[in-house]
Amino acid sequence: MAKDMLVQDLKAWYGTQQILKNINLKIEKNSVTAIIGPSGCGKSTFIRCLNRMHEVTPGARVEGKVWFDGINLYDPDVDPVQIRKRVGMVFQKPNPFPTMSIFENVAAGLRLNGFKDKKRIPEIVERSLRMAALWDEVKDRLHESGMSLSGGQQQRLCIARSLAVEPEILLMDEPASALDPIATGHIEELIVELKDKVTIAIVTHNMQQAARIADYTAFFLHGELVEYNQTEKIFTSPDDKRTEDYLSGRFG
Amino acid sequence: MNSMYTDIRIRKVKNVAMHLLMVILTLIAVTPLISIVGYIAIKGYRVINWEFLTSLPAPPTMDGGGIGPAIVGTVKLVGLASLMGIPTGILTAIYLNEYGKSGAFASSVRFVIDVLIGTPSIVVGIAAFLFVVRPMGHFSLFAGSVALAIMIAPIVARATEEILRLVPDTLREASYALGVPKWRTIVSVVIPYATKGIVTGLMLGVARIAGETAPLIMTAFGSQFWNKSIFEPTSSLPKLIYSYSTTPYQNWIDKAWGAALVLIFMVLMLNIIARVLTRGKYSRLG
Amino acid sequence: MKEKMEAVAEQKIAIDLYKNGQNRKVMEPLFRWTSLVFAGLIVLSLAAMILVMVVESWPSITTFGIRFIWDTAWNPVTLEFGALPYIYGTVVSSIIAILVATPISIGCALFLTEMAPSWIRAPIGFLIELLAAIPSILFGLWGLFVFMPFVREYIQVPLNQFFGFIPLFAGEPRGLGMLSAGLLLAIMIIPIITALARDVISAVPSLQKEGALALGATKWEVMRKVILPYSRVGILGAVMLGLGRALGETMAVIMIIGNRPEINLSLLEPGQSMAGVIATQFNESIHSLHVSALIEIGLLLFLVTFLLNVIARFLIWKVSGGKNGVRVVQ
Repeated sequence: MAKDMLVQDLKAWYGTQQILKNINLKIEKNSVTAIIGPSGCGKSTFIRCLNRMHEVTPGARVEGKVWFDGINLYDPDVDPVQIRKRVGMVFQKPNPFPTMSIFENVAAGLRLNGFKDKKRIPEIVERSLRMAALWDEVKDRLHESGMSLSGGQQQRLCIARSLAVEPEILLMDEPASALDPIATGHIEELIVELKDKVTIAIVTHNMQQAARIADYTAFFLHGELVEYNQTEKIFTSPDDKRTEDYLSGRFG
Repeated sequence: MNSMYTDIRIRKVKNVAMHLLMVILTLIAVTPLISIVGYIAIKGYRVINWEFLTSLPAPPTMDGGGIGPAIVGTVKLVGLASLMGIPTGILTAIYLNEYGKSGAFASSVRFVIDVLIGTPSIVVGIAAFLFVVRPMGHFSLFAGSVALAIMIAPIVARATEEILRLVPDTLREASYALGVPKWRTIVSVVIPYATKGIVTGLMLGVARIAGETAPLIMTAFGSQFWNKSIFEPTSSLPKLIYSYSTTPYQNWIDKAWGAALVLIFMVLMLNIIARVLTRGKYSRLG
Repeated sequence: MKEKMEAVAEQKIAIDLYKNGQNRKVMEPLFRWTSLVFAGLIVLSLAAMILVMVVESWPSITTFGIRFIWDTAWNPVTLEFGALPYIYGTVVSSIIAILVATPISIGCALFLTEMAPSWIRAPIGFLIELLAAIPSILFGLWGLFVFMPFVREYIQVPLNQFFGFIPLFAGEPRGLGMLSAGLLLAIMIIPIITALARDVISAVPSLQKEGALALGATKWEVMRKVILPYSRVGILGAVMLGLGRALGETMAVIMIIGNRPEINLSLLEPGQSMAGVIATQFNESIHSLHVSALIEIGLLLFLVTFLLNVIARFLIWKVSGGKNGVRVVQ
């Protein structure tokens, strides 16, 4: 039940500074779309606009349309809180809730949203942990603190936490940038497996990572979408000179 | 050459002398604490026994009797003040850090909090007298609690806001990203993370008002009997220490030291527990 | 594959099962407004305090006008009220306190930040903070029975013996009086100033200190030429907060100052403070003009401490780089 997402003329600001200029992009369902670009190009801001997290920061503003399941996320009638249940997010640094156990972390999205069918919670927690490929490592210590896990495990815990509320799209903001190579490998495998169930958009500064896992790649520069295409196309024969320069390491 | 040599020697001597002076100054600063705690412990210990802690006061020249009503009165005063002041302080801090942030109203609330914390307690006493005692026509425990509540609320508000500011935004965002509404994020993610720090702030606030005397003189007043209603005057430890120690009767003066021991025990325990609690994560905020 | 199919089949159960979809419309504003109301309550309590005090002291303000501040008569029978003796008592005892406490506090703060090995830093800092937590009534009790006899024997008597020809130290050393009150206040505000000065001093960039040390300065020279000038403004703020506390202190002063509304040049003579006259006369005043005059003294006290706090916080705020980071122990 993964869904696609269509971004139309998206503009974003912090205070008076414009971060994104007229972005148009379609995120295909059941695929991994990578957002790449030098730091400060607006790639993080971009995915934060896709579940209305950008506006959480004081002084932040968004214009444009993001179509998802027949609705425009920025329609005045749309409740951002409801949207975030359907468009989940995983952050740069693993951020499990430190006061909660592993189990409670995964159940948090359900419990804090007043999930009525309490008997199903253990089952959903197990399923989410399995999807995040963490179940076998934590099944015997579900009631220990989430902070007792390693960095890579914590990030998979955060992914499981997002999956528990059954999002249709999962946004990931450099989810492996704080992890070592082995943990990064686990996360990458997991992302590829997950795309059967959920559409994934991932920001990364690591071009090899994009090449390894993404079906589509979008290259951002100075708040503009320079080029968007199938990953293979982008990495082998980009249409834009700037993309080529970036990918060959000539700047950024 | 020679003069430069002596110059360095003088500088070094001066350096050592000033270091020594600072050690002496520190000793001067710390000695009173030891003296106060020591005297209160020794003089207070002599009079403390079960009867002293639980009985009604006795007349000046008679043996026996105790400070029971004063202990109960202080606990009730502080309890009722906390009931009013602590929720006010915590909710204010939540408003400041989670909603108002750097807005104009929030900034003025912060300013008012600073002013209230710096206001002399006797002035708060006058205000509570005018708010409560005069309209009701008599002194009461309730009036004393109002005065103490006005004092504890800003202390708690400021301490709690500082703690809430330490809660990382990444936790709030993690919660929002699950579709959790803001109010629920505050209740179930932000507050649990800050609990220890908040409790510390509360304990320091309670310790601060437990020993307040001046505002009680014109509000709770004092009493020889057990307090039966919050709308009656009540005895309290600080007020009793003041009254007893300024009389010529030796056994009342002795009892003042006993009451002082009870009070300092309460206050220091709250402080020590609070500071031990904050070791580590919140050490800067004790 | 089977697991995947199950996952897909179970999708979409969730959304309608959440309670707070509907709750939120109520809870979100409710929570926001409740917290706002309580924040407003704090503002309101200060506003109400100022208002009732101005209203209640109005009879006194209009009757005596500005001469309330310099008149020395205080007579509840003839209803003549002038606050000068109390203002004098408060100001002089607080000045003594500041003069004594400031150097001690700065020395202590320097010791804690620059000299003390770390194993001694924590316990001494802890003791100083505990000292700040002791209720003032206990300072009063200790002051009356322990400190006052000490001051008489070891400070007042020698002062009088050797400097008795100076009017400041003339008269009979009786223990109770302005000097004792000032010294007791000093002990009470040392922890406050020390704790704040320590925070200000530790904010001095270590680059500055190391630069001076590298040039061959002794540690004391670094303190005097680098640290103190750098943290001067912040320390001044700390001293002003300490002064604010001394001016408003009630109980400890009452017990040791002698409570006589006199203006004596000699520091060995008794006096009375503004807070003290309120505490001792408020419940005994019968005539409304008497109460009004006492409240006017309270209002004056409030205004002075208010101004001091505003200036002090501005100074500390300035040196801490506009951050709200400096903690105030009070």
